[in-house]
Order: sequence, then C-alpha cells, then structure tokens
Amino acid sequence: MIKAILIFNNHGKPRLSKFYEHYTEDTEQQIIRETFHLVSKRDENVCNFLEGGLLIGGSENKLIYRHYATLYFVFCVDSSESELGILDLIQVFVETLDKCFENVCELDLIFHMDKVHNILAEMVMGGMVLETNMSEISTQAEAHSKMEKSEAGIAGAPARAVSAVKNMNLPEMPKNINIGDISIKVPNLSSFK
Amino acid sequence: MALKIVKGSIDRMFDKNLQDLVRGIRNHKEDEAKYISTCIDEIKQELKQDNIAVKANAVCKLTYLQMLGYDVSWAAFNIVEVMSSSKFTFKRIGYLAASQCFHEGTDVIMLTTNQIRKDLSSPNQYDTGVALTGLSCFVTPDLARDLANDIMTLMSHTKPYIRKKAVLIMYKVFLKYPESLRPAFPRLKEKLEDPDPGVQSAAVNVICELARRNPKNYLSLAPLFFKLMTSSTNNWVLIKIIKLFGALTPLEPRLGKKLIEPLTNLIHSTSAMSLLYECVNTVIAVLISLSSGMPNHSASIQLCVQKLRILIEDSDQNLKYLGLLAMSKILKTHPKSVQSHKDLILQCLDDKDESIRLRALDLLYGMVSKKNLMEIVKKLMLHVDKAEGTTYRDELLTKIIDICSQSNYQYITNFEWYISILVELTRLEGTRHGHLIASQMLDVAIRVKAIRGFAVAQMATLLDNAHLLTGNTQRNGICEVLYAAAWICGEFSEHLEDPMQTLEAMLRPKVATLPGHIQAVYVQNAAKLFATVLQKHEGETDSQAAQETSQLLIDRLPLFVQSANLEVQERASCILQLVKYIQKLQQKNVEVAEEVTALFAGELNPVAPKAQKKVPIPEGLDLDAWINEPPSESESEDEKPKAVFAKEEPKHYRSRNTEVDEKELARRREVRKQEQANNPFYIKASPSSQKVYDAPGVEHIPVVQIDLSVPLKVPGMPMSDQYLKLEEERQQKEKAERKKKEKKKKREKRGKGRKADSGPESEEDITPAQHVDIVTEEMPENALPSDDDDKDPNDPHRALDIDLDKPLADSEKLPVRTHRPEVLKSPAEDRVSESVPPETKKKSSKEKKEKKKDKEKDRKRSKEEKKKKKKHKEVEEELLESQPEEPVQSEETKEAAAPPTSTSAEASDLDFWLSSAPVPPAAQEVTVPSSAVETSSAAVPESEPDEPKDTEPEDTKSSKHKKKKQKKEKEEKEKKKKKRHHHHHHHGEAGGEDSVQNGTVEEEEPLPPMSNYSVLAENSFIKMVYDIQGNHQDESKVVVSIIFENKSDSFLKSMEFNVLDSLNSKLQRPEGAGPHDGLTVPFQLPPGVSNEARFVFSVQSIVMPQKLKGTLTFIVKSDESSTHEKLDFKLHFTCTSYLITTPCYSDAYAKLLESGDLKGSSLRLEGINMPFHHLLARICFHHHFSVVERIDSCASMYSRSIQGHHVCLLVKTSDQTVSIDAKCDEPSLLGNVLDELKQTFSKC
Repeated sequence: MIKAILIFNNHGKPRLSKFYEHYTEDTEQQIIRETFHLVSKRDENVCNFLEGGLLIGGSENKLIYRHYATLYFVFCVDSSESELGILDLIQVFVETLDKCFENVCELDLIFHMDKVHNILAEMVMGGMVLETNMSEISTQAEAHSKMEKSEAGIAGAPARAVSAVKNMNLPEMPKNINIGDISIKVPNLSSFK
Repeated sequence: MALKIVKGSIDRMFDKNLQDLVRGIRNHKEDEAKYISTCIDEIKQELKQDNIAVKANAVCKLTYLQMLGYDVSWAAFNIVEVMSSSKFTFKRIGYLAASQCFHEGTDVIMLTTNQIRKDLSSPNQYDTGVALTGLSCFVTPDLARDLANDIMTLMSHTKPYIRKKAVLIMYKVFLKYPESLRPAFPRLKEKLEDPDPGVQSAAVNVICELARRNPKNYLSLAPLFFKLMTSSTNNWVLIKIIKLFGALTPLEPRLGKKLIEPLTNLIHSTSAMSLLYECVNTVIAVLISLSSGMPNHSASIQLCVQKLRILIEDSDQNLKYLGLLAMSKILKTHPKSVQSHKDLILQCLDDKDESIRLRALDLLYGMVSKKNLMEIVKKLMLHVDKAEGTTYRDELLTKIIDICSQSNYQYITNFEWYISILVELTRLEGTRHGHLIASQMLDVAIRVKAIRGFAVAQMATLLDNAHLLTGNTQRNGICEVLYAAAWICGEFSEHLEDPMQTLEAMLRPKVATLPGHIQAVYVQNAAKLFATVLQKHEGETDSQAAQETSQLLIDRLPLFVQSANLEVQERASCILQLVKYIQKLQQKNVEVAEEVTALFAGELNPVAPKAQKKVPIPEGLDLDAWINEPPSESESEDEKPKAVFAKEEPKHYRSRNTEVDEKELARRREVRKQEQANNPFYIKASPSSQKVYDAPGVEHIPVVQIDLSVPLKVPGMPMSDQYLKLEEERQQKEKAERKKKEKKKKREKRGKGRKADSGPESEEDITPAQHVDIVTEEMPENALPSDDDDKDPNDPHRALDIDLDKPLADSEKLPVRTHRPEVLKSPAEDRVSESVPPETKKKSSKEKKEKKKDKEKDRKRSKEEKKKKKKHKEVEEELLESQPEEPVQSEETKEAAAPPTSTSAEASDLDFWLSSAPVPPAAQEVTVPSSAVETSSAAVPESEPDEPKDTEPEDTKSSKHKKKKQKKEKEEKEKKKKKRHHHHHHHGEAGGEDSVQNGTVEEEEPLPPMSNYSVLAENSFIKMVYDIQGNHQDESKVVVSIIFENKSDSFLKSMEFNVLDSLNSKLQRPEGAGPHDGLTVPFQLPPGVSNEARFVFSVQSIVMPQKLKGTLTFIVKSDESSTHEKLDFKLHFTCTSYLITTPCYSDAYAKLLESGDLKGSSLRLEGINMPFHHLLARICFHHHFSVVERIDSCASMYSRSIQGHHVCLLVKTSDQTVSIDAKCDEPSLLGNVLDELKQTFSKC
C-alpha cells in the first residue's frame, strides 16, 4: 500500500499532497515538514530509500523519493510495495506529467494542482497502484480533458480568453524543471511496459 | 438561453479562479496568512451563490488551501453539492475535494450515498471512474455496506477501465465492511483471470494485500497464483505474486520447495532488477522456511548471495542498499554464506550514504568472530567519533552493543575491554541509549564474576565524574548509566578501593538533579556502601572514622528525604532513621557493622528470560480450581460463566487436589487474585484479607532490592492490589529458591511493565544458568512474549481474518437496496438474513478477543474455554446456515449440510497440489475443477509424468501415501467444487435450473484417471513427455512443458533442446541466439530423476494442427565414461492446445450464440460407454473446455482460443451415442478441434 504521495520543492513548499489515510491538516503539514527535513538533507547520488518517517506509520514504512530539478517526489509506502517498482512508478508519473503538460516545470504543478491530482488518480487509487502503463494513463487523462472542454463549450470560451490574458505575464518565472534535460538513472524502466 | 449562459460566464470570468488564487498567494509573500483569510471570505461568499460553476470554482480553491494546511471541513456540504453536479468537470472537482478532506468523522458523508450510487451506475464511464476514485479515499463502514453490492456489480462491467477500479476499491470496502469479503470473494477470484491485464493486476493487488495480513486463509489460492506466476509477463503482477509467496511460504514449507525452481529460473532469465530482487527475496524466505540443513538448496543460497553481491557492487546506490537489505535476511539462517563477503560489507561501512552504512551495520552482526571482534568494534568506535547526527550515532551504539553481547558474549575474550568500551560509550553526547549501556554494565558485572573488581573501579570513576554525565537528564539519556554505576558500586562494594570516597560521591547535592529512579538507587546503594565502610572501620577498630561516616549520612540524607519523588523520599527516610539508630549504638560503642551488613547479605543470580515459562506445572496443581468458594458478595451476576467453571472443575480434579501443601495454596490464591484484579467486575478484596496473604511472607521481602518508582501502596487505589500481587509472587519465588540457597535477582523498577510476565506459574525450580541466560533490566517486560502481542488489536485487518474456503451461506449476501423487501421475503426472514450475519461476526470477534485475554491469564483454562467456544460457534454457524434456508428449496439445504466436508476437501486439495510434483496438471486443477480427480490418481497407472519428481525419496513415499488416502476425499471434493462452481455462477440469478449435481447415480462413480501429458520421445537413457498450453497474456504464444525423465543409471547433463522452426511456429530463443541454436535445459538429471522444463513457442495461425521436428542432445556421464547422445522427436501442436479454459456465464453464452457470427458443425460419436459426467470431464480436461450449463444429459460448453476465437459445444447423449453440435467463428479451427475430440474418444 502507498500511504502518501507528496510533492514539494527544494524549499519544502508543498506542491501536491495526497494522503491515503486520514490525518488532520496540522498533522499533514507536520508530515510534509518532517519528510522534507529528512529528504532535503540527503546528498544527490545516495540511495532513494529512507527509513524512519516517524509520523506516517512508523518503522514499517519507507520513504521512496526522487529529486527532479526543483521538486521532490516522495512516496511513502509499506512493506508490500517493491522499492524499485515504486521508483519506476515515480518515473512513470513524472514522465506522464511531462507528456500531459508538455515539458513540465514546477509552475505547471503550482498552477494546475487539480490536473496533477487527476493524473495521479489514474495511476494510484486509494493507495493501490491502478495503472503503470504510461500511455494508458495519459489516454485517460486526455479523455478527461476532452470531456471538460466539450462541457465548457461556448460558455468556456470567454473564460479561457480571460485566463490567457491573465497568464500573459507568467513567463517571468523561468521554467525550471525540465525533465528531459536531467538524466536520471533508471535501472529497469524498460521492464515496466 | 445561450446568451444568458454567456452573460453569466462573463460575470464569472472576473471571479478569482485557482490560478488567480495561487498567483495572489505568491504575490503576498509577506502577509500570506492575511491574504488567504480574505480569500477564504471571498470563497464563503461564492459558496453562497446558486451558480454551480461558481461553487465549483470556490471548492477547487479550497482544495488548494487544504494542501497548504487550512481546515476546509466547514465547506463539506458545499463539496457534496458540487459532487452532485451533472457536469463531469464540476463533479470531478467535488470528488477531488471530498477525497482530500472527507473522513469517517465527516457527518455530511451520509448524504452522499445516493449520489455516489447514481454516479456508479452512470452511463458515462468517467463519472463512474471519478466516483470510484473519490470513494476509495473516503469510504466509511456505512458507505461500504450500502454500496458494496453496486461496486460488486461494477466488477463485471463491460469496460476494463471501470472493472479495474471496482476491483481495486473492493479492498477498501473489505476493510470497512468485513462481512462483504466472503460474498465478493468468488468474483474477485474470477478477476484474477480477467482478459484485461489491468483488471488482472488489480485483482492480484487486492488479493495480495488481503493475503499479506492473513496469509493462512489464502493458502488455497497458491496453485492459482503459481499458475499466474508462470504465465504472466507483467512485472508488476509478478512482483506482487512473488511477494505474496514470500508471505505464504512460512506457513507451508512444501510450497517453498515447489517455488524454488521457477524462481531460480526467473532469477536467471529476467532482466528487470526489481523482479530479480523480489525473486531473490522470496527464495530467501523459502530457504528460511525450509530447514536450513537441506543440502539441495545450497546452490540456491549460493545463487542468491552471488546475485546480491552483484547488486551490492553496483554503482547504483539503490541496488547497493537493497542488496545489503536482502543479504541481512540470509544472514539469519545462513551466516556462513554471507561471511565470505566480509570485505564487501566492511567496504560499505565507509560509504558516504547513511542508509547504506546502516544496512552494512546490520550485516556486521554476523561477521564477527573472537578474532576480529575487537578490530571491528574499534572501527565502529572510530565511526562513532566521526558520526554526525545522533540517529546514526545511536544506531552505531546499539550495533556495537548488539555485536558484542550476541549469543551470550560469545565473541568477547576480554571483558575488561568490553567494560572500557561501555565506559567510552558513555561519553557520547545526546544519546538515547543510556539505558542500554546501563543494562549491559549491570549484566556483565553480575554475570562475569572475575570482572567485578575492574568494573567496580570503573564505575567508581564514573560516579566520581558524574557531573560529566548529568548534562542530559532526560529519560533514557546517558545519565542512566549512573543508575548502573551506583548499583554496581553498592552491590559489589567489597571490591572498592576507597568506598568512603565513592560514598561521598554518591551523596553530593548535585545528585538531587538526577531523575527519581536513579536517586533512589543512589540512596539505597549509599546504605550498602555505608555497611561496607562500617565494617572496614570496625575491622580497623577506627570507631572515630565509623562515626564520621554515620554523621556524613545523617548530614546528607535529609536532602533526599525532601525529594519530591516518593520512592526516593521513602528510602531516604528509612535509611536515615536506621543510620540515626546506628549512630546511637556507635556512641555506646556497640559493634554494629555485622548486623548492618546482614541487611544486604546474599548473592544475586541472573534468571533466564524464559525461566518462568519453563517451569513445569507440578502434578496435581490446578490453577483454576477454587480453594475456597469465592466470597459470595464478590459474585455479581455478570460473573456467571466463572461460577460455572468453579463448579465444574473441582469435579475433575478433586481427587488430585487432596494433598495441596501450603505453597500451592498460596500460589492459587495468587492466581485467583490476579484474575480478580484483571476482572473489572470483581470487587477488590478488603484490606484485611490482603493482610492475611501478606503475613506469611513479610520476612522474605528483600528490602534492599525494591526499586519501584511508584508509590508502593496507596490505600483504596486499585494499583495497590497489583503491587501486592507482585510482592506475593516474589515471595513465592524466594520461598522456592531459598530451598536451593539461592536468592532472587533484583526486581525491576517499572512495576507496571511486569504485569505481563507475572504469570501464575512462577515456581519451584527456576534454575538460573549463569552461562546461558541474559539478564537485562528490560527482561521482565519481554520475558514471555506471547504471540498475540504481535497483532495490534486495532488493526483493521484483523476483521478480515475470514475463512474464504467455506461455501457461502445463504444469509451471506451483500445488502441490496430494495424498495419493498416484504414483497420478496417475509419480514421475519428478511430480518434473519440481513441482521444475523453481522451480529454473529461481531460476536465471534468478541469471542476471539476474550480468548486472547484468557490466554494471557492462563493457558490451560483458555484451552478448555476455546473448545467450548468453538463448539458454541459451530452450533451458531450451523444455526445460521440452516435457518434462512428452511423455507427455500431442498436442494440448497443439501448444500448447507455440506460445508465441513467441503472445507476439508479444499484443504486436502492444496495438500495434493503441494505434495505432487508436476506443475501443469496442478495448475490446471484450478481452472478446470473437475480435472482435480484425474490428476490425483494419474500417478498410479498409465501416465508416468505425474510421478512425483521430488528428489527426496522419503517425500515421494509420503506423498504417495497421502495420495491414496486423499483419493476418496478428492472425489467428494470434486463434486463439491463443481457444485460450488455452479452455485457461484448462478449466484444472484433466479436459480431455476437444475444443478449439475442432480444425477445421484454419478456421485458414486469415480472419474477415471486422466493426464494430458503424452510421450514425446523415448530411448534407453531418457524419456520425454509433454503438454502444450496456451498463454493467457499473449495471443501468439504457447508454452510447451516437457518432463525429462532419466531412465539410465548415469548422470545426464548438458541437455540441449532444439527444434526446426516452421514458418508458422517458432521456438522462442533468448536474444542474440541464432534461429537454429538450441536451448540449454536449465538442469541436469541424476539417475532416476525427472524434472520439467518449459519452452515458449510463438505461433501465427492457430487454425491448423502443426508438427515440429526437433532433437534433444545430451551427455551421458557414468563413472567411467561420458558419451554424447541424441534423441529425435516430433512435437505435435494440436488445435486443442491453443484453447484456454475460460469460464463463461450462461447469459453471455446465450448472447454469443444469438449473435450469428459463429459457424456450426457437428459430430456424432457412437458406442461411447461412459457416464455423461465422465464424458464432460474428459472434454474439459483434454480439450480445455468449461461447462456453461448442464441439464440432464445435455450440456453446453465453452472455450476460447489464445487468439480469441469462441468455441461453443452442445453435447447431448442418449444410449451410447453422443452428438456434439459445435459453433465457432473459425470453421477450420472448429473442424480440427472436433477431429481431435473424436480421436480422444476413439482411444477409450
């Protein structure tokens, strides 16, 4: 079982939090802080597994994370999950995001948290892995957005125009995570198709 | 209208949306909280509007704020509103918000039931999907109960997208509503063979998750999973299954044996590291579960260790980490094989990655020997010095102690060294393991007599420099070592060079800052030191110095008398008074030293951790019997069951009870008291009666050693009873030990912790074996680890510990929402079927809990109770099953009577699978239930392949033996299975058709043995038999299983298997191999042994049978010579082998026939002289069909080819003539299948 999925940036700001067990908002923030604390002090080039998140579940659970440019993707899982499998899953997740957002960067995640949630929901459901096939996940995500567009229809057009205007001054922030540029060693990605 | 919408949206478009909110927050970095609170106010306004789009926008923003840590539960109702929007876009926002912030305590959740039900049955699959996703996050017991049936229906949805979600969510439903597990399980099991890999993977996921918590209930699925494991190509699924097997093997070592080979093959063949790693892990688990002395498996261990070494040497830190992790598992059972890699592990200790260092530390434990211990510890001590961060340092510390103290200090040759290491460790700052160090000091000092002098000297220094350690006064901080130091100095004060100095050190005012329990030890041991000093002075007749010492105590002790800690206070005032009295005597020049020393006389011996457990219960001792009838006033009505016991048991035991001596009486009293203390209904005995128990033992209370940091006896407090009990227990022990002139080891301070082991059987012959037993302070708490402690009583999975093999009772149905239930059933019946099952379930779980309690209290009684309860439960269950069925058809009552046999048969089914070696028939057993029988007896006559290929002759024998026994059971079981199968298929339907099982004559006739293996080729050295099966996953692959049997007296090795590929069929060769290269058979054959190998062939067209020519080359190696041999063969791919047994519902079957896509053909067979069910079983078994429906002497059957062709048969029989009408979408395939059918029956 996956207990929680957290995405936060290099400063510990949460970008997405998904807990598959209920915690109060305060505890959730504490967990995010603790996890950030544990993960952020680790060097690059050390292993991606961590034991000892005290707040979620305790010793039985492991934190499995990957660091991409400015973002940490952390999965908290129990012993029934395969460590390397989850690492691959994170990779699949990020690649799917990359596909759906076309060169994903932190800003995409900041402004489209709901969309990230929807993509994640096609991959992990209630703490269990639903789908590991990237093309299947993105097909579903696309189908969702198609439905969304068709529903918005004529009424959606002006709103979209306005939001386009609002977004005009966005690019002042550099697009700072570019997953394509960062080569991450994936020992066995090819095996999960 | 459209204009209005546009206008509305123009109004809205200047509302703040999520992006605006995020941007706003980013622009208000300084006053973020303030900005957000204005935003929340805006959101509140937006939520008040009627426009659902505005509300959805607001809810979307709330979801974001929730992530930032703001409580948004106040908007729960609005979230429900948005969830119920008809637009997918808004619905999704609503469900997302709900999944983020709803939980069991959210009260509006009960409003969602109908909305969710509506969404689940929505024609739009994405509505359903979103509802399922959301529900998976916030499902409550109520929702689970109300929606279980709807979700179960979705498990057979036409869209795999919905099916996989429905399957996955069932796990959550089971957790919240355990009663749904049994009714839903058959369908879940079906989904393991769903054509869609995603659904299949979801089902595997759920079952693995269930089985991980309660593995024993899922053992019977092992054959099915085994089949999946050998056929699946999805690594996710494989990993899950392999992990599951890891959990199952400890329960069933035979399973392990079966697994080793396929796992080893996987290890060799897979390129995925994750899969390789899990295989290695499970092989390790298998090896652990098998007895370690099996020589046959040394190869497997070597293989694992080898592979792990490769992982550890890899530059990828992740692989390194996992390699070490798995290595530490091997270490437990096969330390030798790990030891050879010491160099590598020591190297990892220097790794820059902390996680890796920690894992390497774990391994170090098994690496030490007498020779290298000091060296390794030295290295570790260096690391301790260098280590940054207390976590790693603490870990190092515990590891050092673990390594040194393992197996009774086996590797320590010099204890002075060890003591100095411990003392060095006390210099660590900020450690949390002061307690651990302290207990080591105590342990070594007590158990190694020769070291006491040295230890005492070291401890005296520690006490002298106590100020260095007192910086950290938190519990378990390093100051804990002072506890040990003080005690050692006091207890072994005769070894002290200058006791006076130590005494002074112990009475420094600074001491008062230490934690209470340490001060208490200080005070107590100051008294011991005082005794030593007195004796010394009196020996030297230095009465002046003696009096000075007394004065010192009288001066310093008042500080402790004022302590806030009761324990310290009490001891201090006691000792103060004593010293004052002594001073008086001294002033009269009376020699007191001897008497004072007598207070602390005697030696303490260590007690084995499980000593109490090992004490046999003396004959004639009945811990349950009342000695006297319990006082009448204490018997409230709630206690009736107890009274029953009290009356019953004396009957059995009275005769033996006649000679009970005083000791036993006391013990029984104690037992009873404990029972009473644990019973909340029991009115505690009055103080006067306590005194009676107290009286005989007072003089044995060792005053010195009591170290309880909690008030000993506060009148009226319930706690006092417990302490009294502990006290009594100690008396008992001491009484017993006095006989042997032994005194008890010091009792521990935390009295509460001891409750667990203050068991009733604390008696006579505790034989302290100084050399074997470890005494640490912690010991009393863990002395009797009861198995039940492992399970957390709050674990939701406990409720899922449900026997799944028992057939479903009629009452076990998921609640279905009906408008007028009284139309369907009488109200009384309704009540029975709806309300009874949950009730009984609850009851039984309560009973279980009770049982556990009892076990802790005393085993014996609980056993009896269990028996009773079991009976009780059985009766209850029987009632349960028969009750609702009475008014129903008689046929179902028959079923209700069946369960016991059926369950046992199920068990023996697994037994059989495990005991007989050949894999493929066993695997088939599951999909073709009726084939179970045939394979069971196949070992006897015509088909050699089924001969168990186990190499251990003993095993073969026993399995054969079993087989004979099981044969009969098998037949019964097969029928039951069929029956159940049928039952499941029609579960929920009108149930109008006759059961398959109606023919009563057939029930008496056993099915003849059958086997699908046919001879491939044979010569004087080797015999090959083979079977071909389609592959579920891949439509162009078939698996050929070949059993090679060595018929010669020589060793067969280097077997190479090769076939000449045709255009249509090709042997799958590993990458890089040429099209004419042979495949090496992955094993060698000693004389008389057979083993199986599998080869995958790819085929293009499956409509025609095929023959492929091939050769097997091998080397025959006897003592003198070795020769090359070869054997030619022809592999016959029949069309049947492309068919896969696929279950089919009768309604789907009917639709298929109606569709008109199928072309027909028919066949008549004359002179078939076998019962109809034999005929069907043969078709099922040999041709991979399944029975869809059977009415009298007519049956419809179904199968599917690997490429998805449907094949339907209608089989009728009358007077030795069988007519088969068949339909298939591929006529030539059908023709060939029919030909093969004909052949099958012409043979017999």
